Amino acid sequence: MIQPTHYSNRILRPVRDWFVWLTILLAIFLSLIPVGHLPGYPEWVALTLAFWCIREPFKVGMGAALLTGIVMDVGSASVMGQHSLAYVLLAFTANGLSRRILQFPLPQQALQILPLMLGTQLIMLATRMSVGSEFPGLGYFLESFSSALLWYPLTYMLLLPQYQPHEKDENRPI
Amino acid sequence: MSVVGQQPPPFFNRGPAPLARLAFFVALSLLMLVLDLRFHTLEWARQAVALVVYPLQRLAYAPVEGIQHGSGYFTTLVTLKNDNDLLRQRQLSTANQLLRQEHLELENQRLRALLDMKLRQPATGEMAEILYAARDRFARRVIIDKGTQQSISPGQVVVDEQGVIGQVTRSFPLLSEVTLITDKDQAVPVQIVRNGLRSVLFGAGAGNLELRFLAANADVQAGDILVTSGLDGVYLPGLPVAKVTRVDRDTAYAFARILCEPIAGVERHGQVLVLGRHEAAPPAPPEQEHKERPEKGKKGKKREPA
Repeated sequence: MIQPTHYSNRILRPVRDWFVWLTILLAIFLSLIPVGHLPGYPEWVALTLAFWCIREPFKVGMGAALLTGIVMDVGSASVMGQHSLAYVLLAFTANGLSRRILQFPLPQQALQILPLMLGTQLIMLATRMSVGSEFPGLGYFLESFSSALLWYPLTYMLLLPQYQPHEKDENRPI
Repeated sequence: MSVVGQQPPPFFNRGPAPLARLAFFVALSLLMLVLDLRFHTLEWARQAVALVVYPLQRLAYAPVEGIQHGSGYFTTLVTLKNDNDLLRQRQLSTANQLLRQEHLELENQRLRALLDMKLRQPATGEMAEILYAARDRFARRVIIDKGTQQSISPGQVVVDEQGVIGQVTRSFPLLSEVTLITDKDQAVPVQIVRNGLRSVLFGAGAGNLELRFLAANADVQAGDILVTSGLDGVYLPGLPVAKVTRVDRDTAYAFARILCEPIAGVERHGQVLVLGRHEAAPPAPPEQEHKERPEKGKKGKKREPA
């Protein structure tokens, strides 16, 4: 077994569709845990979506983002369309930047994820402030930072099934 | 790059261009936003999605519930004993009023019958528990554990043992959303106990409330208690709502800036009572056909003292 490294020059197995959806569902589950208004609780869904949009731009895109957004709109009891709009724009940007971001080692990738997350939050903020909701305070933006910090461990976890070989074969290195 | 180049390059069948797709999806999201915010016509879609999301929500609540139960289990004997003493004391102090209330209610009924007035609505209610604060950071809402199955419907008033905490704004089969009175969009018609001055109370952010559109010389003092006026036909009259904490009278502005704080434990969690449907108010008197003088405007109307 080759140890997983963060360099993307190793050959990975193709991703399975059900795994992508499972992780998104898991992210929704994590963000539905009622932590109240705990500052800095990561934006699990946006992060997972961004991950798959960057890793699999042909599989996961704006359609998936819209669907996930609608579920989050209902689950978090916010206005319909708030999350969908932000996620669709996030997916578009992540799809477009996918080749560029993947060139970098993981810590630098995380640095590029941060503006994506901040942008997503800013869109949601703009949507709600434009209809006269109250400003939630600067602690709101902590979520982006904690999400960006999670990029490194999350990449390992989400790529784990792709590191596994089909069947163990001593003669083949992969 | 291992991943991106994995699929054969889709030269021929790539679907619409990314920008076209972006435009389509953004338009769809904006449409949803406008429909939901402006016309409130997406409730059916919300109900449908909520039905699917509900098991997930319930599951996500399980760890929190576990922690709450666990910490409850380890509550010390001293805390329980103190609580018990406090409750007993409170019961004793209110016993006098409680004992007399039945008598007073009967008497009231008889007097009202004598006066041939409409009987006052008896207040019924459904006990519920606040499960958690909704994840939405831009509004102040909580989720309670009763829904349409327990015949809770939007518009019902939610109180705790001290006063009003909010109003049910959405109900799902087994959950309901309560908008707290500290929410910016929530308005409660109130009157001041001391002099009966009527006004409308709005949320002011950061857990505070604000009395808007009261003249700079309005008779309001710090410490005044505000109760619901019942004029809207939704809130029962006389429920305690808030206490005035600060009154700023700046002559530069037409209105005084009056800050209040809620009486009930609005930002705390616990047991609440969802008051039963208040009978609809009698139909408003028909608008007068002839308007002799131009209206003063809505703001002026609310200011008339009772």
